Amino acid sequence: MSLYDRVFKPKKYRLANGKEVEERFTRLPLILLILLTCTVVSVQVTGFSLQVLVTGGKRFFDILFAMVPPDTKYLAKIWSPLLDTIKMSLLGSAVGAILALPFAVLAANNVVTNRYVVMLVRLFLSLVRTLPTLVCALIATYIFGLGTMAGTCSIAVFTFAYVGKQLFELIETADMGSFEAMEALGATRTRSFLAAILPQILPTYLSVSLFCLEGNVRYASILGYVGAGGLGLIMNEKIGWREYDSVGMILIVLFVTVVAIEGISHAIRKRLT
Amino acid sequence: MEKRIEAAYQSAPKTWIWKLLLAFLVAGLMAWSSSTVTFTTAGSGLEVAGNILSGIFHPDTKLLFNFTTSGVAYLLLETLCIAFLGTIVGAVISVPFSFLSATNLVPRPIALLGRFAIAAIRTVPAFIYGLMFIRVTGPGPFAGLLTMSLCSIGMVSKMFIESIEDLDKRILESLDAAGCTTFQKIRYGILPQLFPDFMSTLIYRFDMNLRDATVLGLVGAGGIGAPLIFAMSSYRWNEVGAILLGLILLVLVIEAISSRIRAKLTRG
Repeated sequence: MSLYDRVFKPKKYRLANGKEVEERFTRLPLILLILLTCTVVSVQVTGFSLQVLVTGGKRFFDILFAMVPPDTKYLAKIWSPLLDTIKMSLLGSAVGAILALPFAVLAANNVVTNRYVVMLVRLFLSLVRTLPTLVCALIATYIFGLGTMAGTCSIAVFTFAYVGKQLFELIETADMGSFEAMEALGATRTRSFLAAILPQILPTYLSVSLFCLEGNVRYASILGYVGAGGLGLIMNEKIGWREYDSVGMILIVLFVTVVAIEGISHAIRKRLT
Repeated sequence: MEKRIEAAYQSAPKTWIWKLLLAFLVAGLMAWSSSTVTFTTAGSGLEVAGNILSGIFHPDTKLLFNFTTSGVAYLLLETLCIAFLGTIVGAVISVPFSFLSATNLVPRPIALLGRFAIAAIRTVPAFIYGLMFIRVTGPGPFAGLLTMSLCSIGMVSKMFIESIEDLDKRILESLDAAGCTTFQKIRYGILPQLFPDFMSTLIYRFDMNLRDATVLGLVGAGGIGAPLIFAMSSYRWNEVGAILLGLILLVLVIEAISSRIRAKLTRG
């Protein structure tokens, strides 16, 4: 940024006590320029055109209107996949969140003093996090076959990565006073971690896991698209048959479920923190 | 001293019954949900896993260093552009939504209605939006962009609402007292409070959009998703490796940049 400052000279002020302070020239034009270039390039690459949007915009509602009187008779067949989806997200979130705990501890640089371990575990966590959920689910279906096991697996991986990252940042910002006190009294690092840091992070850890669960119910519906069981499976099938009224019913059920789970988890999270 | 500690322990509320009940509840839930999972590896599961790993670690270098429109570099650029414009369009749509759903600005029923709409928009999975937009624009990155923007609304407006509800009204009052006009109040009272939060949310969402962009490939809405999924379903693991390598590198770089920018924004 020094080049920028040399081109646009910083403003100098003389304070009452004779000191000189500099106010750097505003970065706004530079940022705007960068954003504008990015936008122009993106518009070029993606073929964004308002004209298409205006002329074809109403076709967006074709499928939506086809859904509108939802097929209530189909409701009876939704329950079992819905339960599958809920079970998948529950189990996957639990497994992922529990697995995340040891890794998060290893990735926190205030608990583990070995720098290489910390770096390695962090690299692993961020690699897992960048792995798209869909890719994960597809690989899982190849390994475990079609079905809920694959879905549970990919949800667990996703939860693991998300909770792991949040958790190690949490551990690093925890108050180290009691940890050091316990170490000074002769407790081992593991014991002092369990007694001093775990109680501090536990409420937020649980709340992050619950938050992840909320999102996972929604994610689980996408996973069915690649054959990983649950609501997505029947949704994919009904889209294939162009039976949009059934799709509408599935979406309504999913909406109610998601809102209910969000409500419950929100209530629990409020009491936790 | 010791007696006082013991007394304190004695007077602590006894919650073990609750804890036990809770533990039973959680264990019961887990047992119930594990009933759906049958642990079987599909025939040659381990062999497939081995193939996948070896493919991913031996990426197809021809695809990776192909700089035409079918190479990894161009596909990544396309994905980046979809995520970027998608975030911006999503943000533009979310701003009115979130101002209409902030309980400190509008009456409660309207705010609830706004939240209901946001929750409804969030529930519909991305590939259904993709299908809807493909009817408007035809297959291609433009459909992906629009899908991305609709999918962003949910989270972005949720975060926007939170920052709007955290607005410090005392600053506005003091600006009022100093005799500022409405425009000045917005410029010096509201924008400086909201802008860093909004930008930080958007940058975070851009990150997520980049990662979620593979979903768009399912319905042919552009980006790197479609080639990735085609390669996966035809077991060309070397290509999958090349694409994943590019994607992971891109996501890591963007994440590093965005977390630096966000740290700067929160520090002010």
